[in-house]
Amino acid sequence: MQATTSQSDFVASLLDPAAAAPAGVTTMRGSPDAARFDVYRNNVMVSLIGALEQKFPVCRQIVGEEFFRDMARLFVRQTKPSSPLIFLYGDDFPTFIDGFEPARPVPYLGDAARLEVAWMRAYHAADGTPLDIAAIAAIGPETLAASRIVLHPSASLLRSRWPVGSIWEAHQHKPVAKIGRSGAETVLVVRPGAEVNVHIPPPSDRAFAEALFAGATLGDAAQAGSLDGDFDFGRALVGLASLGIISGLQPASESDN
Amino acid sequence: MLRKSALPARAGLGLKPTHYADIMSGEPDVGFFEVHAENYMGDGGPPHRYLEAISAIYPISLHGVGLSIGAEGPLDKAHLARLKALIGRYRPASFSEHLAWSTHDSAFLNDLLPLPYTPATLDRIVGHVDEVQQVLGQRMLLENPSTYVLFEESTIDEIDFLAAVAERTGCGLLLDVNNVMVSSVNHRLDPVRYIDRFPVELVGEIHLAGYDEAVDGAGDRLLIDAHASAVLDDVFALYDHTLSRSGPVATLIEWDNNVPDFATLFAEARRAEAVMAGHAAGNTLKVA
Repeated sequence: MQATTSQSDFVASLLDPAAAAPAGVTTMRGSPDAARFDVYRNNVMVSLIGALEQKFPVCRQIVGEEFFRDMARLFVRQTKPSSPLIFLYGDDFPTFIDGFEPARPVPYLGDAARLEVAWMRAYHAADGTPLDIAAIAAIGPETLAASRIVLHPSASLLRSRWPVGSIWEAHQHKPVAKIGRSGAETVLVVRPGAEVNVHIPPPSDRAFAEALFAGATLGDAAQAGSLDGDFDFGRALVGLASLGIISGLQPASESDN
Repeated sequence: MLRKSALPARAGLGLKPTHYADIMSGEPDVGFFEVHAENYMGDGGPPHRYLEAISAIYPISLHGVGLSIGAEGPLDKAHLARLKALIGRYRPASFSEHLAWSTHDSAFLNDLLPLPYTPATLDRIVGHVDEVQQVLGQRMLLENPSTYVLFEESTIDEIDFLAAVAERTGCGLLLDVNNVMVSSVNHRLDPVRYIDRFPVELVGEIHLAGYDEAVDGAGDRLLIDAHASAVLDDVFALYDHTLSRSGPVATLIEWDNNVPDFATLFAEARRAEAVMAGHAAGNTLKVA
């Protein structure tokens, strides 16, 4: 009797390395062959691990190719892409890494992966023209204080307990450069033009940048920033604008009613 | 003869991000570039920036790898809409997809999985191809798969299946000569006979690629469609035979893994065009 093979059966076998080939799958010899069905299993696994390898090159360098592949394999077993847009795959890999016991000796690995997710997001984000600094200078102080920034579509901010921006930067060099910092870092990722940039704003600008990314008005963000004695509102705002993180300013009248 | 493709009868190459700069600065004499549609479905950034520039110089073939036309479930409407937007933006000379499936219960498996060939699966594929062509507003090419297993329930030969889909939907076919070699060796069929039976008049594009070789549990040769090396001699010979039936057809060199430098890829395109040149005169005579 000829068995029919549903795609549910096929997938169930495909995703369970211990399972036999699904009923109804055969060869020209008229009998199933595990090595042949394994080609599909292997294709799925290798291609998805490959997608993670491409998206997380710094994490790969940090833990080494073999460790990375083993870790990626376990992630692939439990998480399949939910979209054929494969560059979106692995956005939740950082959370997996946080809970991955063997990676504990590298406690910053999850944040390094978050930075690489932000990098890929910036790479594929919508294009946008950064706000001209001269346009900011033309706005009166009261209007400016009540405004919120419109983030560039590619911009994101990552707060880390670790010097994750410095770690990322060090791995852009061969051999890996010395990491000059320790302690927490806030990192900005943005692609104002063709290139994705990773910036580490000075500690005095951190609270200000974080408040702006959280949606605060410039006035409120300045207040948050001023808790640091070295904070300078003009310098910090021009600094962020020159990175291309700001697409526009939203006056209070539009955002607050 | 009805034009099956607006792609020129020349060799084309897959467009790879590592070669963007080489292509823009050198403007190499390549017949067309083919892109995997899904890599250009982000909102912006370098992929679109380069494709804008390259599509202004070269004909573009849009090749989908994620539509899952062979799936038991319905087609992904959002994905079709993304394809339509890409086609509207870049006006590719051709759109092609596979006789395979890759999505199940919303999980995307990132591989081209096989399906049995039966009257029921034929109806399903016809419905899906009809829907694709209706939404996209253009004719598509459907590609023959490389397969490693067979299905007990299959009752229709692969070529008859593809020909029936083309006849019922009006779609064209993409003939992957490497896939013919891989599947023929894997299922102990004669690749030359496959080509001789193939409806070459429906072929709008040919694919060539390198395969890997293994053995299965019974010790039989098992070819794997790897796209990770140069086209092998037996596939080039089969390509030569294909062209003796079809005449020159737009031909893509598929080299997607372990991508070499641009010069190596370009040399592969030249090799294909040399084979094509040997069939150009004969084709002209036939038409006359």
